[in-house]
Amino acid sequence: MTQFQSFRVASLGLVDRTKPLDFTFDGVPYTGFAGDTLASALLANGVHLVGRSFKYHRPRGILTAGSEEPNALVELRSGARREANTRATVAELYEGLEAKSQNRFPSLSLDLLSINGLLSPVFSAGFYYKTFMWPASFWEKLYEPIIRRAAGLGRAANEPDPDTYDKANAFCDVLVIGSGPAGLMAALSAARAGAKVILVEESFAFGGRLLSDARTIDGKSGVEWVSSVVAELASLPNVRLMTRTTIFGAYDTGTFGAVERVADHVAVPAAGEPRQRLWHIVAKRTVIAQGSTERPIIFGNNDRPGIMLASAVRTYINRFGVAPGKTAVVFSNNDEAASTIDDLVRAGIEVSALVDTRPVLPPEIKAKARKHGIRVFEGAAVADATGGQRVTGARIAAAYGASHNVTCDLIAVSGGFNPNLQVTTHLGGRPQWLESLSAFVPGTLPKGMTVAGTANGSLSLAACLREGAEAGAAAATPNGLETVVSAIPAVDDELTEVSAFWHVEGAKHKAFVDQQNDVTAADVRLAEREGFRSVEHLKRYTTLGMATDQGKTSNVNGLAMMAELTKKSIPATGTTTARPPYTPVSLGVLAGEHREKHFKPTRLTPSHAWAKERGAVFIEAGMWLRAQYFPKPGEADWLTTVNREVKTIRSGVGVCDVSTLGKIEVHGTDAGKFLDRVYINMMSTLGVGKARYGMMLREDGIAMDDGTAARFAEDRYFITTTTANAIKVLQHLELCRQWYWPDLDVQLFPVSDQWAQYSVAGPRARDLLAKIVDAPFDISNEAFPYMAAAEISALGGIKARIYRLSFSGELAYEIAVPARHGDLLMRKLMSEGEAFGAIPYGTEALGVMRIEKGHVGGSELNGTTTAADLGLGKMASTKKDYIGRVLSQRPGLIDGARPRLIGFKPVDKSARLRGGAHFIGKDAQPTAENDQGYMTSVAYSPMLGHWVGLGLLARGDSRIGEIVTAVDPVRGETTLVEVVSAAFYDAEGARLRV
Amino acid sequence: MRITCPYCGERGNDEFSYLGDASVVRPDPASPNASEAFYDFAYERRNVAGPMQELWYHAAGCHAWLVVTRDTRTHEIFEVKSAQDVALERQKSAGAAQ
Repeated sequence: MTQFQSFRVASLGLVDRTKPLDFTFDGVPYTGFAGDTLASALLANGVHLVGRSFKYHRPRGILTAGSEEPNALVELRSGARREANTRATVAELYEGLEAKSQNRFPSLSLDLLSINGLLSPVFSAGFYYKTFMWPASFWEKLYEPIIRRAAGLGRAANEPDPDTYDKANAFCDVLVIGSGPAGLMAALSAARAGAKVILVEESFAFGGRLLSDARTIDGKSGVEWVSSVVAELASLPNVRLMTRTTIFGAYDTGTFGAVERVADHVAVPAAGEPRQRLWHIVAKRTVIAQGSTERPIIFGNNDRPGIMLASAVRTYINRFGVAPGKTAVVFSNNDEAASTIDDLVRAGIEVSALVDTRPVLPPEIKAKARKHGIRVFEGAAVADATGGQRVTGARIAAAYGASHNVTCDLIAVSGGFNPNLQVTTHLGGRPQWLESLSAFVPGTLPKGMTVAGTANGSLSLAACLREGAEAGAAAATPNGLETVVSAIPAVDDELTEVSAFWHVEGAKHKAFVDQQNDVTAADVRLAEREGFRSVEHLKRYTTLGMATDQGKTSNVNGLAMMAELTKKSIPATGTTTARPPYTPVSLGVLAGEHREKHFKPTRLTPSHAWAKERGAVFIEAGMWLRAQYFPKPGEADWLTTVNREVKTIRSGVGVCDVSTLGKIEVHGTDAGKFLDRVYINMMSTLGVGKARYGMMLREDGIAMDDGTAARFAEDRYFITTTTANAIKVLQHLELCRQWYWPDLDVQLFPVSDQWAQYSVAGPRARDLLAKIVDAPFDISNEAFPYMAAAEISALGGIKARIYRLSFSGELAYEIAVPARHGDLLMRKLMSEGEAFGAIPYGTEALGVMRIEKGHVGGSELNGTTTAADLGLGKMASTKKDYIGRVLSQRPGLIDGARPRLIGFKPVDKSARLRGGAHFIGKDAQPTAENDQGYMTSVAYSPMLGHWVGLGLLARGDSRIGEIVTAVDPVRGETTLVEVVSAAFYDAEGARLRV
Repeated sequence: MRITCPYCGERGNDEFSYLGDASVVRPDPASPNASEAFYDFAYERRNVAGPMQELWYHAAGCHAWLVVTRDTRTHEIFEVKSAQDVALERQKSAGAAQ
């Protein structure tokens, strides 16, 4: 099928002609070669029209040959892998590639919405602000759908991404970004000096412009020289070479973000291979050698397919062996671009004119043109292009005022070069204007960063090689040592004069500044007339430079136009700085493996496997997956199950996994003193073998966390925190220990994961545990009373701890074994418990029982309540200082009118209570002024046979017996409730101590 | 950003969590103006543009609190010390002054 690639130039290019690849564009089959991009393969087949523009639906082609491309954006792949806005100029060709043009309706060649071009007065700069102002209701129903249909680019896939993405870290002495002549010499110099080097190249091949321009280095072709340098680098163990990798951002302390496109160049990644990999590269020093981006000149119809940057024309000819046209006009303001006539002639393309804005061209260039019989227009410009879906000619405004029409299907345009300095500005560096280059060059640089070659504004190949070698050697050499610069190779001669020329006056047609966002020269003029003259206003008013290409081919041109209009110099008008990412980065690679269920870790409790076998329903609690309840066959709903669980525990015995509690060992001779300072109550007076409930405050006096402390020796405590605050409390205690009281002899050991801990609750709890603990431990009420704690052994010699604590209000214990024995302990508790009708229970029954007892949970410890608000004010010791004591005495926090925790029951016993309902006076209107607090926790109490609630009610503790209204505006419910004691069940606590 | 933990070496900042100004000192709760002093301690912070001593916690590492001297404008880090060592120094010099 290769005979159809009629624009291939037989003798030129680096593509592999032995490897033809089939692909489709808009369903039409084509072929290209391995080593092609989608853009070069399309051009080889004579396809120039590849898309429609963002706003005016103008036909667009391929402007560049790199990642700066504003026009040739396509949808790549299909189905779940469909990928919008892929730049055809960087998409590598692979067998079976499918691409579609974007933003056309109904087809690329017949686009009905190109009528937007005729409505362009409506779509001018700021049109969103001006046109769609009113009526407001029209926006959602009318304007937005129309704009979305008409504007915008490609469509993302509708299915989950089937590929995986990876993350990796790398460290080096010298990071070299870019592998053109400067980058290769920098890497070589640094590597030869022994530095650990990473060389990163955006494209799939090393070499940069040396692959695109026919040059001679050390008597070899540029391509051969590249191969020899890369071969040497590859042979060195201290060098890592990375192609298909883009440095997208510079971050602090020499950290760089990079995306490696591991498998973007194949249809489907190989098994086990990620699609892309996100790199964090940490470099001691960095050499930026990212070259430059050629900028277009703004003239009428300068966006027609077939109008291409001169450097891109040379790339397609020399690197890809493609003739991007049959008859060319070269339109330039500099020597390098004017020299494109050599490449055009070599590729067999007829050159109908060399148009240069400079009044006098160098004699060497004129001699070449004469030799090839090319007509030269000095001091002239292409004012307009003709043609629609492909350029058909150029209208040349000559120096002496005459106008010439020439026929062409290719215009190679160049307005000079913008050094690729984006990465140097990511940390706040400001570029500076270099008059001789008419461009911004890197100015202030972050520590450890240097710039070499064209990126630094040095256009000649000799300068690129020399600067690269010097920068690489310096970066490799620790301070104070003499640097050794590698020998700099000799090169062929070149001309590098550049002049300043930005846009052509007198264009008859629309002239585009920013082709991706369809910003025209007229828009820039309008912005100036309406006073949006600063570069920041210009950008926001016109959207210039705000597309995904970040204005790589447009920002400086727009800035220069504004400078001309305001009669200021360019540096006085503004500068262009960039933010990461340098080129678009997929969300998938940033997420990496952290997606869906793997977004955060899932922590499993020690009894998880057993609970799963038992058919537990699980609930996510922070990172934990906890058993919520254990349904039995035939139970109609969760409430039936939970009611059964609560009743069984309160009459028999139940077991719940509470291993998720935070657990901290507190050791040292000052451990008691330390705990006194962090809990509101006394812990130093706690007897060995005893446990105590405790509460911690934040320094501002608000309750932070609650839990228990047990003392196993004079200098050894064990404390628990709530599940949610396990990490936060440890961090707080470490701050207290290290920073507030560094002289105390105290050590903290987090042991949350080390212990499996189960609550065993109910009147038969002791009978069950008697079968679990080893002799000679005496579990009788007399020997081991309420709030006792002991280190024991269980299950025949397993180290264990037992605490007589109760959250449920029943006779209850917590028993702990090393986590690896947790599964065994749960199975043993269940098998031994059969005789007592033991059941497992989950967080739901746990919650019901704590509400029945009026204990506080996460809904009450919510960061707004004090110990006094929660009815725990009496716990606070007055004999010592503790964190939060001073500020807890502030007037606002001891105000008697504050909401206090209290219980609620419905007046109509069949009514359901709702968490979050607000309390108002019985007959008050449901307004914010009448708000007196809100319900924090509710549960159906199977023991009482109606719903019960805990809530924070203004002066709640002194209003027992009062009827108030609970309003739930979300559900539209209003319920009369009675204020009652929060201890709904066994208020005197008789069941605890039996 | 990279922080050199005195115990663990140079690490990425994602291993650390940030607290804030390390120049504020927890007041003496027994002092007559404790209430005002604690109010300032809990709420008042300077918004420093430039080098600043800050408390960082090596949460995903050794659990050490650190005093990091960092330029808030450039994120350049000049010094990292163990907070416990700094606090002990402070106590020692306060003791010597009395």
